[in-house]
Amino acid sequence: MSMPKLEDLTLDPYSLALDSIDVSDSRIFQHGTAWESYFERLRNEDPVHFQKESPFGPFWSITRFEDIQFVDKHHELFSSEPSILIGDMTDELPLEMFIAMDNPRHDEQRVAAQPVVAPRNLADMESLIRERVSAILDDLPVGETFDWVDKVSIELTGQMLATLFDFPQEERRKLPYWSDLAVGLPEISGGDVTVEERNAGLQACFQRFNEIWQERASLSDEERAGKFDLISLLQNSEKTKDMADRPMEFLGNIMLLIVGGNDTTRNSITGGVVALNKNPGEFDKLKNNPSLIPNMVSEIIRWQTPLAHMRRIATEDVELNGKTIKKGDKVVMWYASGNRDERVIPNPDDFIVDRAKARHHLSFGFGIHRCMGNRLAEMQIRITWEEILKRFDSIEVVQDPTYVKSNFVKGYTELLVKLTAK
Amino acid sequence: MIKIIFKEHSGAVHEVTGTEGESLMDVAMNNMVPGIDGDCGGDCACGTCHVIVAADWANKLAQANGEEDALIGMTPDKQDGSRLACQVVLNGDLDGMEVTLPEFQM
Repeated sequence: MSMPKLEDLTLDPYSLALDSIDVSDSRIFQHGTAWESYFERLRNEDPVHFQKESPFGPFWSITRFEDIQFVDKHHELFSSEPSILIGDMTDELPLEMFIAMDNPRHDEQRVAAQPVVAPRNLADMESLIRERVSAILDDLPVGETFDWVDKVSIELTGQMLATLFDFPQEERRKLPYWSDLAVGLPEISGGDVTVEERNAGLQACFQRFNEIWQERASLSDEERAGKFDLISLLQNSEKTKDMADRPMEFLGNIMLLIVGGNDTTRNSITGGVVALNKNPGEFDKLKNNPSLIPNMVSEIIRWQTPLAHMRRIATEDVELNGKTIKKGDKVVMWYASGNRDERVIPNPDDFIVDRAKARHHLSFGFGIHRCMGNRLAEMQIRITWEEILKRFDSIEVVQDPTYVKSNFVKGYTELLVKLTAK
Repeated sequence: MIKIIFKEHSGAVHEVTGTEGESLMDVAMNNMVPGIDGDCGGDCACGTCHVIVAADWANKLAQANGEEDALIGMTPDKQDGSRLACQVVLNGDLDGMEVTLPEFQM
Protein backbone atom coordinates (compact mmCIF):
# COMPACT_ATOMS: atom_id res chain seq x y z
CA MET A 1 0.00 0.00 0.00
CA SER A 2 1.41 3.43 -0.94
CA MET A 3 2.03 5.87 1.89
CA PRO A 4 0.88 9.39 0.99
CA LYS A 5 2.61 12.14 2.95
CA LEU A 6 0.92 14.32 5.53
CA GLU A 7 2.26 17.50 3.91
CA ASP A 8 0.49 16.58 0.64
CA LEU A 9 -2.93 16.49 2.34
CA THR A 10 -5.43 19.04 1.01
CA LEU A 11 -6.46 21.05 4.07
CA ASP A 12 -9.50 22.69 2.48
CA PRO A 13 -12.07 20.00 1.67
CA TYR A 14 -14.25 22.60 -0.09
CA SER A 15 -11.61 22.77 -2.86
CA LEU A 16 -12.27 19.09 -3.69
CA ALA A 17 -15.03 17.51 -5.79
CA LEU A 18 -17.60 16.18 -3.33
CA ASP A 19 -17.48 12.62 -4.64
CA SER A 20 -13.70 12.52 -4.28
CA ILE A 21 -13.75 13.21 -0.54
CA ASP A 22 -12.29 10.15 1.14
CA VAL A 23 -12.51 10.35 4.93
CA SER A 24 -10.78 6.97 5.30
CA ASP A 25 -7.50 8.84 4.62
CA SER A 26 -5.78 8.54 8.03
CA ARG A 27 -3.89 11.78 7.36
CA ILE A 28 -7.00 13.87 8.07
CA PHE A 29 -6.76 12.61 11.66
CA GLN A 30 -2.97 12.67 11.82
CA HIS A 31 -3.14 16.36 10.90
CA GLY A 32 -5.05 17.01 14.11
CA THR A 33 -7.95 19.19 12.98
CA ALA A 34 -8.40 18.63 9.20
CA TRP A 35 -11.03 15.96 9.91
CA GLU A 36 -13.33 18.63 11.40
CA SER A 37 -13.91 20.50 8.12
CA TYR A 38 -13.95 17.31 6.02
CA PHE A 39 -16.81 15.90 8.05
CA GLU A 40 -18.56 19.26 8.35
CA ARG A 41 -18.82 19.36 4.57
CA LEU A 42 -20.16 15.80 4.38
CA ARG A 43 -22.71 16.40 7.15
CA ASN A 44 -24.04 19.46 5.33
CA GLU A 45 -23.82 18.40 1.69
CA ASP A 46 -23.80 14.61 1.54
CA PRO A 47 -24.48 13.10 4.97
CA VAL A 48 -24.71 9.52 3.67
CA HIS A 49 -21.67 9.58 1.43
CA PHE A 50 -20.54 6.83 -0.96
CA GLN A 51 -16.83 6.52 -1.64
CA LYS A 52 -16.33 4.32 -4.70
CA GLU A 53 -12.59 3.89 -4.40
CA SER A 54 -10.49 3.87 -1.26
CA PRO A 55 -7.58 1.83 0.09
CA PHE A 56 -10.27 -0.06 2.03
CA GLY A 57 -12.56 -0.67 -0.93
CA PRO A 58 -15.89 1.04 -1.58
CA PHE A 59 -17.74 2.19 1.54
CA TRP A 60 -20.54 4.42 2.83
CA SER A 61 -19.82 7.15 5.38
CA ILE A 62 -22.59 7.93 7.88
CA THR A 63 -21.83 11.34 9.34
CA ARG A 64 -24.90 12.75 11.15
CA PHE A 65 -25.73 11.91 14.78
CA GLU A 66 -29.24 10.58 14.18
CA ASP A 67 -28.29 8.46 11.18
CA ILE A 68 -25.43 6.91 13.16
CA GLN A 69 -27.77 6.12 16.04
CA PHE A 70 -30.15 4.46 13.54
CA VAL A 71 -27.43 2.25 12.03
CA ASP A 72 -25.94 1.36 15.41
CA LYS A 73 -29.30 0.42 16.85
CA HIS A 74 -30.42 -1.72 13.90
CA HIS A 75 -27.99 -4.60 14.25
CA GLU A 76 -30.35 -6.79 12.24
CA LEU A 77 -29.89 -4.51 9.20
CA PHE A 78 -26.18 -3.87 9.74
CA SER A 79 -23.92 -6.80 10.61
CA SER A 80 -20.80 -6.45 12.76
CA GLU A 81 -19.17 -9.50 11.13
CA PRO A 82 -16.42 -10.13 10.26
CA SER A 83 -14.82 -6.93 11.61
CA ILE A 84 -15.81 -3.58 13.08
CA LEU A 85 -12.87 -1.68 11.58
CA ILE A 86 -12.96 -0.11 8.14
CA GLY A 87 -10.20 -2.42 6.88
CA ASP A 88 -10.53 -6.19 7.05
CA MET A 89 -8.29 -8.10 9.44
CA THR A 90 -5.62 -10.33 7.92
CA ASP A 91 -6.50 -14.00 7.97
CA GLU A 92 -3.34 -15.10 9.75
CA LEU A 93 -4.81 -14.48 13.19
CA PRO A 94 -8.58 -14.82 12.96
CA LEU A 95 -9.31 -13.42 16.42
CA GLU A 96 -12.80 -14.06 17.68
CA MET A 97 -14.26 -11.06 19.48
CA PHE A 98 -17.89 -10.62 20.37
CA ILE A 99 -17.73 -6.97 19.31
CA ALA A 100 -17.44 -8.41 15.78
CA MET A 101 -20.15 -11.06 16.14
CA ASP A 102 -23.87 -11.00 15.44
CA ASN A 103 -26.47 -12.73 17.55
CA PRO A 104 -26.90 -15.25 19.03
CA ARG A 105 -23.15 -15.66 19.59
CA HIS A 106 -22.65 -12.01 20.48
CA ASP A 107 -25.08 -12.06 23.38
CA GLU A 108 -23.76 -15.36 24.77
CA GLN A 109 -20.19 -14.15 24.90
CA ARG A 110 -20.89 -10.61 25.96
CA VAL A 111 -23.14 -11.62 28.84
CA ALA A 112 -20.32 -13.87 30.09
CA ALA A 113 -17.67 -11.14 29.93
CA GLN A 114 -19.78 -8.12 30.95
CA PRO A 115 -19.67 -8.63 34.73
CA VAL A 116 -15.89 -8.11 34.77
CA VAL A 117 -16.38 -4.41 34.13
CA ALA A 118 -19.80 -4.01 35.76
CA PRO A 119 -20.19 -1.11 38.19
CA ARG A 120 -20.66 -3.57 41.08
CA ASN A 121 -17.12 -4.87 40.59
CA LEU A 122 -15.66 -1.44 39.95
CA ALA A 123 -16.49 -0.15 43.40
CA ASP A 124 -13.88 -2.59 44.76
CA MET A 125 -11.24 -1.13 42.45
CA GLU A 126 -11.81 2.57 42.99
CA SER A 127 -9.42 3.06 45.91
CA LEU A 128 -6.66 1.06 44.21
CA ILE A 129 -7.01 3.10 41.04
CA ARG A 130 -6.94 6.35 43.04
CA GLU A 131 -3.73 5.25 44.80
CA ARG A 132 -2.02 4.53 41.50
CA VAL A 133 -3.21 7.77 39.89
CA SER A 134 -1.98 9.73 42.92
CA ALA A 135 1.46 8.08 42.78
CA ILE A 136 1.86 8.95 39.10
CA LEU A 137 0.78 12.58 39.58
CA ASP A 138 3.01 13.03 42.67
CA ASP A 139 5.98 11.93 40.58
CA LEU A 140 5.56 14.52 37.81
CA PRO A 141 8.20 17.26 37.37
CA VAL A 142 6.52 20.56 38.26
CA GLY A 143 7.75 23.57 36.25
CA GLU A 144 9.55 21.46 33.64
CA THR A 145 8.46 20.55 30.12
CA PHE A 146 7.52 16.88 29.74
CA ASP A 147 5.40 14.61 27.55
CA TRP A 148 1.96 14.16 29.13
CA VAL A 149 1.16 11.25 26.77
CA ASP A 150 4.09 9.16 27.94
CA LYS A 151 4.35 10.17 31.61
CA VAL A 152 0.65 10.29 32.42
CA SER A 153 -1.74 8.89 29.81
CA ILE A 154 0.16 5.76 28.77
CA GLU A 155 1.60 5.18 32.24
CA LEU A 156 -1.81 5.48 33.83
CA THR A 157 -3.68 3.28 31.37
CA GLY A 158 -0.82 0.76 31.48
CA GLN A 159 -1.03 0.58 35.27
CA MET A 160 -4.80 0.42 35.24
CA LEU A 161 -4.88 -2.36 32.66
CA ALA A 162 -2.25 -4.28 34.63
CA THR A 163 -4.40 -3.78 37.73
CA LEU A 164 -7.54 -4.96 35.94
CA PHE A 165 -5.87 -8.16 34.69
CA ASP A 166 -3.68 -8.53 37.79
CA PHE A 167 -0.86 -8.56 35.22
CA PRO A 168 2.73 -8.03 36.50
CA GLN A 169 3.11 -4.25 36.98
CA GLU A 170 6.76 -4.34 35.84
CA GLU A 171 5.54 -5.56 32.42
CA ARG A 172 2.69 -3.06 32.17
CA ARG A 173 4.01 -1.18 29.14
CA LYS A 174 3.54 -4.32 27.04
CA LEU A 175 -0.23 -3.88 27.27
CA PRO A 176 -0.56 -0.54 25.45
CA TYR A 177 2.13 -1.74 23.01
CA TRP A 178 0.12 -4.86 22.11
CA SER A 179 -2.98 -2.73 21.78
CA ASP A 180 -1.22 -0.40 19.31
CA LEU A 181 -0.12 -3.40 17.25
CA ALA A 182 -3.57 -4.95 17.16
CA VAL A 183 -5.23 -2.08 15.30
CA GLY A 184 -2.26 -0.33 13.68
CA LEU A 185 -1.86 -2.07 10.28
CA PRO A 186 -2.12 0.08 7.14
CA GLU A 187 -4.79 -2.31 5.80
CA ILE A 188 -6.86 -2.06 9.00
CA SER A 189 -6.78 1.62 9.92
CA GLY A 190 -4.18 3.40 7.77
CA GLY A 191 -1.48 3.02 10.45
CA ASP A 192 2.23 2.22 10.16
CA VAL A 193 2.55 -1.17 11.92
CA THR A 194 3.96 -4.05 9.82
CA VAL A 195 2.33 -7.48 9.63
CA GLU A 196 5.53 -9.10 10.98
CA GLU A 197 5.65 -6.86 14.04
CA ARG A 198 1.96 -7.32 14.68
CA ASN A 199 2.04 -11.10 14.45
CA ALA A 200 5.12 -11.36 16.65
CA GLY A 201 3.56 -9.06 19.24
CA LEU A 202 0.23 -10.82 19.31
CA GLN A 203 1.94 -14.21 19.64
CA ALA A 204 3.91 -12.88 22.61
CA CYS A 205 0.71 -11.45 24.08
CA PHE A 206 -1.09 -14.74 23.71
CA GLN A 207 1.78 -16.70 25.30
CA ARG A 208 2.02 -14.33 28.25
CA PHE A 209 -1.71 -14.39 28.91
CA ASN A 210 -1.77 -18.15 28.53
CA GLU A 211 0.89 -18.40 31.27
CA ILE A 212 -1.06 -16.04 33.50
CA TRP A 213 -4.25 -17.98 32.84
CA GLN A 214 -2.53 -21.26 33.85
CA GLU A 215 -1.02 -19.68 36.99
CA ARG A 216 -4.35 -18.36 38.06
CA ALA A 217 -6.17 -21.57 37.20
CA SER A 218 -3.84 -23.42 39.56
CA LEU A 219 -5.08 -21.34 42.50
CA SER A 220 -7.56 -23.03 44.82
CA ASP A 221 -11.21 -22.01 44.48
CA GLU A 222 -10.91 -20.18 47.79
CA GLU A 223 -7.89 -18.19 46.65
CA ARG A 224 -9.58 -17.30 43.38
CA ALA A 225 -12.91 -16.34 44.92
CA GLY A 226 -11.26 -13.34 46.59
CA LYS A 227 -9.80 -12.00 43.35
CA PHE A 228 -11.55 -9.42 41.20
CA ASP A 229 -9.24 -9.31 38.19
CA LEU A 230 -10.62 -9.95 34.73
CA ILE A 231 -8.87 -13.32 34.28
CA SER A 232 -10.20 -14.68 37.59
CA LEU A 233 -13.68 -13.43 36.77
CA LEU A 234 -13.55 -15.21 33.40
CA GLN A 235 -12.40 -18.38 35.18
CA ASN A 236 -15.17 -18.08 37.75
CA SER A 237 -17.90 -17.95 35.10
CA GLU A 238 -19.34 -21.24 33.82
CA LYS A 239 -19.45 -20.05 30.21
CA THR A 240 -15.91 -18.71 30.02
CA LYS A 241 -13.93 -20.94 32.38
CA ASP A 242 -12.62 -23.11 29.50
CA MET A 243 -11.88 -20.18 27.22
CA ALA A 244 -8.13 -20.87 27.11
CA ASP A 245 -8.94 -24.10 25.24
CA ARG A 246 -10.31 -21.92 22.43
CA PRO A 247 -7.21 -19.83 21.64
CA MET A 248 -8.68 -17.44 19.05
CA GLU A 249 -11.64 -16.67 21.31
CA PHE A 250 -9.36 -16.29 24.34
CA LEU A 251 -6.92 -13.99 22.55
CA GLY A 252 -9.82 -12.15 20.92
CA ASN A 253 -11.42 -11.38 24.26
CA ILE A 254 -8.13 -10.38 25.86
CA MET A 255 -7.34 -8.08 22.92
CA LEU A 256 -10.83 -6.61 23.08
CA LEU A 257 -10.36 -5.76 26.75
CA ILE A 258 -6.85 -4.37 26.14
CA VAL A 259 -7.75 -2.27 23.10
CA GLY A 260 -11.05 -1.22 24.64
CA GLY A 261 -9.32 -0.11 27.83
CA ASN A 262 -6.24 1.45 26.31
CA ASP A 263 -6.61 3.90 23.43
CA THR A 264 -9.93 5.11 24.68
CA THR A 265 -8.90 6.10 28.19
CA ARG A 266 -5.38 7.10 27.17
CA ASN A 267 -6.52 9.58 24.55
CA SER A 268 -9.38 10.91 26.65
CA ILE A 269 -6.91 11.71 29.41
CA THR A 270 -4.72 13.62 26.94
CA GLY A 271 -7.75 15.07 25.12
CA GLY A 272 -9.04 16.67 28.31
CA VAL A 273 -5.79 18.61 28.73
CA VAL A 274 -5.86 19.73 25.08
CA ALA A 275 -9.52 20.76 25.31
CA LEU A 276 -9.05 22.78 28.50
CA ASN A 277 -6.06 24.58 26.96
CA LYS A 278 -8.09 25.52 23.91
CA ASN A 279 -10.90 26.73 26.19
CA PRO A 280 -9.08 28.33 29.16
CA GLY A 281 -12.24 29.84 30.68
CA GLU A 282 -13.52 26.29 31.17
CA PHE A 283 -10.54 25.34 33.34
CA ASP A 284 -11.32 28.29 35.63
CA LYS A 285 -14.95 27.20 35.77
CA LEU A 286 -13.83 23.71 36.74
CA LYS A 287 -11.40 24.87 39.43
CA ASN A 288 -14.11 27.04 40.96
CA ASN A 289 -16.55 24.14 40.94
CA PRO A 290 -14.95 20.66 40.99
CA SER A 291 -18.41 19.09 41.26
CA LEU A 292 -18.56 19.64 37.50
CA ILE A 293 -15.99 16.86 36.99
CA PRO A 294 -18.47 14.04 36.23
CA ASN A 295 -20.21 16.20 33.62
CA MET A 296 -16.86 17.21 32.17
CA VAL A 297 -15.88 13.55 31.88
CA SER A 298 -18.77 12.99 29.45
CA GLU A 299 -17.86 16.17 27.60
CA ILE A 300 -14.24 15.01 27.25
CA ILE A 301 -15.39 11.65 25.89
CA ARG A 302 -17.63 13.41 23.34
CA TRP A 303 -15.16 16.12 22.35
CA GLN A 304 -12.25 13.71 21.95
CA THR A 305 -14.20 10.72 20.55
CA PRO A 306 -11.17 8.42 21.01
CA LEU A 307 -12.46 5.86 18.52
CA ALA A 308 -13.36 7.64 15.28
CA HIS A 309 -15.51 4.95 13.72
CA MET A 310 -17.18 1.54 13.77
CA ARG A 311 -18.05 -0.31 10.60
CA ARG A 312 -20.95 -2.57 9.59
CA ILE A 313 -22.09 -4.56 6.52
CA ALA A 314 -25.70 -4.08 5.30
CA THR A 315 -27.69 -7.32 5.51
CA GLU A 316 -30.38 -6.01 3.12
CA ASP A 317 -31.05 -2.91 1.02
CA VAL A 318 -31.63 0.03 3.38
CA GLU A 319 -32.89 3.56 2.57
CA LEU A 320 -31.11 6.17 4.65
CA ASN A 321 -31.37 9.94 4.25
CA GLY A 322 -32.34 9.60 0.56
CA LYS A 323 -29.67 7.06 -0.39
CA THR A 324 -30.03 3.33 -0.97
CA ILE A 325 -27.39 1.27 0.78
CA LYS A 326 -27.24 -2.11 -0.98
CA LYS A 327 -27.09 -5.46 0.76
CA GLY A 328 -23.42 -6.36 1.28
CA ASP A 329 -22.18 -2.75 1.23
CA LYS A 330 -19.65 -1.59 3.80
CA VAL A 331 -21.05 1.11 6.10
CA VAL A 332 -18.84 3.25 8.35
CA MET A 333 -20.40 5.15 11.25
CA TRP A 334 -18.15 8.14 11.95
CA TYR A 335 -18.73 8.74 15.66
CA ALA A 336 -16.18 11.59 15.51
CA SER A 337 -18.44 13.38 13.02
CA GLY A 338 -21.75 12.63 14.73
CA ASN A 339 -20.38 14.03 17.98
CA ARG A 340 -19.83 17.37 16.17
CA ASP A 341 -23.27 17.40 14.51
CA GLU A 342 -24.74 20.85 15.15
CA ARG A 343 -28.23 19.43 14.49
CA VAL A 344 -28.10 17.61 17.83
CA ILE A 345 -25.29 19.24 19.80
CA PRO A 346 -25.25 23.07 20.07
CA ASN A 347 -21.82 24.66 19.40
CA PRO A 348 -20.35 21.19 18.99
CA ASP A 349 -16.73 22.26 18.45
CA ASP A 350 -16.70 24.07 21.79
CA PHE A 351 -15.66 22.23 24.92
CA ILE A 352 -18.08 23.18 27.69
CA VAL A 353 -17.53 21.55 31.10
CA ASP A 354 -21.09 22.22 32.22
CA ARG A 355 -22.73 21.36 28.88
CA ALA A 356 -26.40 20.34 29.21
CA LYS A 357 -27.11 16.69 28.30
CA ALA A 358 -23.40 15.95 28.06
CA ARG A 359 -24.09 12.22 28.33
CA HIS A 360 -25.93 12.30 24.99
CA HIS A 361 -22.93 11.45 22.79
CA LEU A 362 -21.97 8.66 20.41
CA SER A 363 -18.54 7.70 21.71
CA PHE A 364 -19.79 4.53 23.44
CA GLY A 365 -22.00 3.56 20.51
CA PHE A 366 -25.64 2.50 20.87
CA GLY A 367 -27.51 -0.79 20.73
CA ILE A 368 -26.27 -4.26 21.62
CA HIS A 369 -22.64 -3.41 20.82
CA ARG A 370 -22.52 -0.39 23.12
CA CYS A 371 -19.25 -0.11 25.02
CA MET A 372 -19.38 -2.36 28.07
CA GLY A 373 -16.47 -0.58 29.78
CA ASN A 374 -18.23 2.80 29.79
CA ARG A 375 -18.48 3.04 33.58
CA LEU A 376 -14.88 1.99 34.08
CA ALA A 377 -13.74 4.61 31.58
CA GLU A 378 -15.78 7.32 33.26
CA MET A 379 -14.47 6.32 36.67
CA GLN A 380 -10.83 6.38 35.57
CA ILE A 381 -11.11 9.80 33.95
CA ARG A 382 -13.09 11.18 36.89
CA ILE A 383 -10.51 10.03 39.45
CA THR A 384 -7.68 11.39 37.29
CA TRP A 385 -9.22 14.87 37.21
CA GLU A 386 -10.17 14.82 40.89
CA GLU A 387 -6.54 14.13 41.74
CA ILE A 388 -5.18 16.63 39.18
CA LEU A 389 -7.25 19.46 40.66
CA LYS A 390 -5.95 18.68 44.16
CA ARG A 391 -2.36 19.17 42.99
CA PHE A 392 -2.03 21.53 40.05
CA ASP A 393 -3.12 25.05 39.29
CA SER A 394 -2.45 24.77 35.57
CA ILE A 395 -1.36 22.34 32.88
CA GLU A 396 0.04 24.52 30.13
CA VAL A 397 0.40 23.02 26.64
CA VAL A 398 3.76 24.37 25.42
CA GLN A 399 3.73 22.93 21.89
CA ASP A 400 1.03 21.72 19.50
CA PRO A 401 0.44 18.00 20.06
CA THR A 402 1.27 15.33 17.49
CA TYR A 403 -1.44 12.89 16.51
CA VAL A 404 -1.86 9.19 15.79
CA LYS A 405 -1.94 8.24 12.11
CA SER A 406 -5.11 6.18 12.09
CA ASN A 407 -8.70 6.48 10.94
CA PHE A 408 -9.77 4.42 13.96
CA VAL A 409 -7.78 5.49 17.03
CA LYS A 410 -8.24 9.23 17.31
CA GLY A 411 -5.48 10.30 19.63
CA TYR A 412 -2.10 11.75 20.46
CA THR A 413 1.49 10.60 20.15
CA GLU A 414 2.99 13.51 22.10
CA LEU A 415 1.77 16.45 24.18
CA LEU A 416 4.42 18.66 25.78
CA VAL A 417 3.15 20.43 28.90
CA LYS A 418 4.35 22.36 31.93
CA LEU A 419 2.68 22.11 35.33
CA THR A 420 2.15 24.78 37.95
CA ALA A 421 1.68 23.49 41.50
CA LYS A 422 -1.35 24.55 43.48
CA MET B 1 -52.45 13.27 36.36
CA ILE B 2 -50.93 9.84 36.90
CA LYS B 3 -49.04 9.22 40.13
CA ILE B 4 -45.75 7.27 39.99
CA ILE B 5 -43.71 6.29 43.04
CA PHE B 6 -39.97 5.97 42.39
CA LYS B 7 -37.84 4.27 45.06
CA GLU B 8 -34.11 4.81 44.90
CA HIS B 9 -31.79 1.94 45.80
CA SER B 10 -30.89 3.86 48.97
CA GLY B 11 -34.55 3.78 49.98
CA ALA B 12 -35.37 7.43 49.21
CA VAL B 13 -38.88 7.76 47.77
CA HIS B 14 -40.06 10.24 45.13
CA GLU B 15 -43.81 10.57 44.56
CA VAL B 16 -44.29 12.38 41.27
CA THR B 17 -46.92 12.80 38.58
CA GLY B 18 -46.95 12.51 34.82
CA THR B 19 -49.49 12.59 32.03
CA GLU B 20 -50.85 9.94 29.66
CA GLY B 21 -48.49 9.28 26.76
CA GLU B 22 -45.32 10.34 28.58
CA SER B 23 -42.66 7.71 29.13
CA LEU B 24 -41.57 6.67 32.59
CA MET B 25 -38.14 8.05 31.69
CA ASP B 26 -39.61 11.47 30.83
CA VAL B 27 -41.48 11.52 34.14
CA ALA B 28 -38.31 10.71 36.09
CA MET B 29 -36.24 13.27 34.18
CA ASN B 30 -38.88 16.02 34.40
CA ASN B 31 -39.08 15.55 38.17
CA MET B 32 -35.32 15.32 38.78
CA VAL B 33 -35.53 11.76 40.08
CA PRO B 34 -31.85 10.72 40.32
CA GLY B 35 -30.47 7.41 39.09
CA ILE B 36 -31.64 7.41 35.49
CA ASP B 37 -29.14 8.50 32.84
CA GLY B 38 -31.04 8.00 29.57
CA ASP B 39 -27.90 8.49 27.50
CA CYS B 40 -29.55 7.77 24.13
CA GLY B 41 -32.41 10.18 24.75
CA GLY B 42 -35.16 7.58 25.02
CA ASP B 43 -34.54 5.57 21.85
CA CYS B 44 -34.20 2.11 23.45
CA ALA B 45 -30.53 2.08 22.45
CA CYS B 46 -28.36 2.34 25.58
CA GLY B 47 -29.96 0.58 28.56
CA THR B 48 -29.21 3.40 31.02
CA CYS B 49 -32.81 3.98 32.12
CA HIS B 50 -33.21 0.55 33.72
CA VAL B 51 -35.97 0.33 36.36
CA ILE B 52 -37.66 -2.52 38.22
CA VAL B 53 -41.45 -2.42 38.15
CA ALA B 54 -43.24 -3.92 41.18
CA ALA B 55 -44.84 -7.31 40.41
CA ASP B 56 -48.44 -6.07 40.88
CA TRP B 57 -47.86 -3.49 38.17
CA ALA B 58 -45.56 -5.30 35.75
CA ASN B 59 -48.40 -7.31 34.20
CA LYS B 60 -50.33 -4.12 33.40
CA LEU B 61 -47.59 -3.01 31.02
CA ALA B 62 -47.28 -3.74 27.32
CA GLN B 63 -44.75 -6.51 26.68
CA ALA B 64 -41.13 -5.54 26.11
CA ASN B 65 -40.03 -5.82 22.47
CA GLY B 66 -36.93 -7.68 21.33
CA GLU B 67 -34.70 -4.60 21.44
CA GLU B 68 -35.63 -3.80 25.01
CA ASP B 69 -35.15 -7.44 26.04
CA ALA B 70 -31.72 -7.51 24.39
CA LEU B 71 -30.52 -4.45 26.30
CA ILE B 72 -31.97 -5.58 29.62
CA GLY B 73 -30.36 -8.98 29.03
CA MET B 74 -26.96 -7.28 29.08
CA THR B 75 -27.24 -5.71 32.52
CA PRO B 76 -25.84 -7.90 35.29
CA ASP B 77 -28.44 -6.33 37.61
CA LYS B 78 -31.43 -7.73 35.69
CA GLN B 79 -34.36 -8.80 37.90
CA ASP B 80 -37.99 -9.88 37.50
CA GLY B 81 -39.83 -6.71 36.54
CA SER B 82 -36.79 -5.12 34.85
CA ARG B 83 -37.79 -2.64 32.14
CA LEU B 84 -36.33 0.32 30.31
CA ALA B 85 -38.15 3.40 31.51
CA CYS B 86 -38.10 4.97 28.04
CA GLN B 87 -40.26 2.09 26.74
CA VAL B 88 -42.97 2.26 29.43
CA VAL B 89 -45.69 4.67 28.35
CA LEU B 90 -48.05 6.07 30.98
CA ASN B 91 -51.80 5.45 30.88
CA GLY B 92 -54.59 5.74 33.42
CA ASP B 93 -54.20 2.10 34.57
CA LEU B 94 -50.77 2.88 35.92
CA ASP B 95 -51.87 5.51 38.46
CA GLY B 96 -49.98 4.74 41.69
CA MET B 97 -47.38 2.43 40.08
CA GLU B 98 -44.28 1.62 42.14
CA VAL B 99 -40.91 1.55 40.42
CA THR B 100 -37.53 0.76 42.00
CA LEU B 101 -34.25 2.11 40.66
CA PRO B 102 -31.28 -0.28 40.46
CA GLU B 103 -28.08 0.37 42.39
CA PHE B 104 -26.18 0.93 39.12
CA GLN B 105 -27.07 1.78 35.55
CA MET B 106 -25.01 -0.13 33.01
